[in-house]
Amino acid sequence: MSEQATASILELAAITKTYQVKQGMFAAAKPLHALGGVSLRINRKDVVGLVGESGCGKSTLAKILLGLEAPTTGKVLVDGAEIGPRERRLLARRIQPIFQDPYSSLNPRKSIEDIIALPLVVHNVGDHASRMQAVTKMLDLVGLPARVRRGYPSQLSGGQRQRVAIARALIMKPEIVICDEPTSALDVSVQSQILNLLGDLRQELGLTYLFISHNLAVVEHLATRVAVMYLGQIVEEAPAAELFAGPRHPYTQALLDSVLTPDPALSVPDTHLGAAYPNPISPPSGCRFHPRCAQARAACKTTPPPHVVGAGGHVDCHLYGAATN
Amino acid sequence: MARTIDTIAEEVRTPSPVALLRRRIFGHYGLVFGITVLLVIVLIALFAPLLAGHDPYAQDLAARMKPPFWMTGSDPDHILGTDHLGRDYLARLLYGARISLAIGAFAALISGIIGTAMGVAAGYFGGRIDLIVTFLINVRLAMPVVLVALAVVAVLGGSLQVVVCVLGLLLWDRFAVVMRSSVLQVRDLEYVNAAKAIGCSTRRIILSEIMPNIANNLIVVATLEMAHAILLEAALSFLGLGVQPPTPSWGIMISEGKQMMLFEPWVIAIPGIALFILVLAINLLGDGLRDVSAPENKG
Repeated sequence: MSEQATASILELAAITKTYQVKQGMFAAAKPLHALGGVSLRINRKDVVGLVGESGCGKSTLAKILLGLEAPTTGKVLVDGAEIGPRERRLLARRIQPIFQDPYSSLNPRKSIEDIIALPLVVHNVGDHASRMQAVTKMLDLVGLPARVRRGYPSQLSGGQRQRVAIARALIMKPEIVICDEPTSALDVSVQSQILNLLGDLRQELGLTYLFISHNLAVVEHLATRVAVMYLGQIVEEAPAAELFAGPRHPYTQALLDSVLTPDPALSVPDTHLGAAYPNPISPPSGCRFHPRCAQARAACKTTPPPHVVGAGGHVDCHLYGAATN
Repeated sequence: MARTIDTIAEEVRTPSPVALLRRRIFGHYGLVFGITVLLVIVLIALFAPLLAGHDPYAQDLAARMKPPFWMTGSDPDHILGTDHLGRDYLARLLYGARISLAIGAFAALISGIIGTAMGVAAGYFGGRIDLIVTFLINVRLAMPVVLVALAVVAVLGGSLQVVVCVLGLLLWDRFAVVMRSSVLQVRDLEYVNAAKAIGCSTRRIILSEIMPNIANNLIVVATLEMAHAILLEAALSFLGLGVQPPTPSWGIMISEGKQMMLFEPWVIAIPGIALFILVLAINLLGDGLRDVSAPENKG
C-alpha cells in the first residue's frame, strides 16, 4: 500500500532468541533457537498478521517486542531509534499488549477502574480525578457500560474482560498494539465483536497492530500485511490480499489449504505436510521446511534458502531463487 | 460508529463483593466459632485486671491448694481454687492468656516477615536466589525446633522476649515454603506479564499484583504458626526453659502442677483445657479463612 510514503514505525533487525534447555538432570544444556534471525518492518497504521503453527516462535517474538524478554542478538527499533532490553518503561508507553486469555490477564483482586487506570498510575500521568475521567472515556470507547467500573473481573463475561484488557492497553495512547491471539479464548459470537472493535479503534486512533494468530480467517479479515513464520523464521511476507490470492512459499500454501470449511461434506483438508513438526532443538539442515515440503529438491536439504524480495514482500525459498537450476 | 454493547441479559445482577463475603463468613460455622472464641480470649487477656479480682502474684500460704468450685471444700472467693503457693488460679489463668497470645502473635509476626520475604524472593526471582532459599529452608527443617529452642534459651536465659525471638527465628520455614509455591503459581499468569508490559516496577508487581492474590495463604499459615508457637511456648515453659516463674503462663501452671497431678488433676486440667480451647479456636479460624478465601468457594 503506502509503503514508500510512511517510514516503518517498528523494525526488527535480525532478532534471535536462544534458550538453554536441559533435558534430564545431568545432561548439558542444549540451545533451543526459538527465533533464528527474524527481520520485520511494520509501517505506521498497518496491521501485520503473524501466522504460523504452535511453537514456531510467534509468542516469543511478542514477548521481545513487549520487553518481557531480551533478544539474544538483534535489535528492536521504534521510529528508527533502538530500544535497549532494559528500557521497559520507555517501551511500555509506545507498545502495549492485548493477551490471549482475558481470564488470566486481569488481576482478580483489582476493580475494573483500577486495572484500566494502572498504566496512568505507573507512569505518573495526571492526578486521581483526571485518571478516573480517562477511565470513563476508555470504557465508553471500548463499549462497556459505566457501571462495570467498580466491579471485579469475576463479574464480567469473557468478551467484556477482553474489552477491559483493550481499554487498559489503549489508555496510554500507544502507537503499536501487540495482539497475541486476542480472540482465540472467546466464543465465536464474541470474537467478531472484539475484532470489529479492534478494527474501529485502529481507524479512530490511528493504531498499528501486530496481530498474532493462527486463525487465518481472522488475519484475512483484519490484516493489511501478513508474515508467515516457520520454526523461528519468517518464510514469507507480503501484503495480505496478495498473499491470500497467491501464496508463494510451499508452507504458506499448505497453511491456506489447511483452513477448515464449514461444509461437512468436504473431508478434513490434506495439507501434504506429512512429517510432524520438527524438534526445534535440532532443526533440519538447509531449508528448515524441507522434510515436510512436497516440492523439496536436493538443494533444500543442504543450503539455506535464498531471501527473494518480490513485489511488496519477500519469500525465503529455493523455488523462487535466482540460482534455481 | 456502531459499537456493540454486550447484552444486558448476560450480566446477571450480582450482590456486592462485601455482601458476598459477609455471607460466606457467617455461613461457615467453624470460622464463626473460632473468631468468637478467639475474640473472647483476647478480651479476657486485655481486661484481665478487671476480671481476675485477685493479684496473680499474691501468695497466701494459709489458703494453699483450695479446690475449684465444683469440688467440696471450695472457697467462693477463689472460683478455680488456688495453687501450691495459695495464688488465685483464675487470676493466673486470665493473666496467662496474655502471655500465650503475645507470644503467638509476635512469634508469628517475626517468622511471617522472614519467611514471606524469603519465599516471595525465591518464587519470583528463581534461579540462584531460589537455590539459596531452598537450601536455607532445608537447613532449617533439619533442625529440631524444641532442641534448638531449649539450647538457645538455656544459654540466653528464659524470658518473654527471648522466647518470642527464638520462636520467631525458628518458625519461618512453613511461611517460606508456602509463599514460594504460591508465588510460583501466580508469577507466570498473564496479568503479571501485563503489569510488566505496562512498565510496573518489580516492587509494584510483587506488592500490588502478586501479594493480594496470595495473601489468603499467608493468613492461613500465620494462624497455624501462631497456634504452633503457643504450644511450643507452653512446652518450653513446662520444661522450665520458657517464660520464668512467677510469671503466670499456662505452661508454667502445668509444670508446677505436675507433682500434684495424681491427687489434684484439676491443677493440670484447667490450664490444659484453656490451652486446648485457644489452639482449637485459632486453628478453626485459619481453616475457616482458607475455606472462605479459596477461589473455588466464591459465589
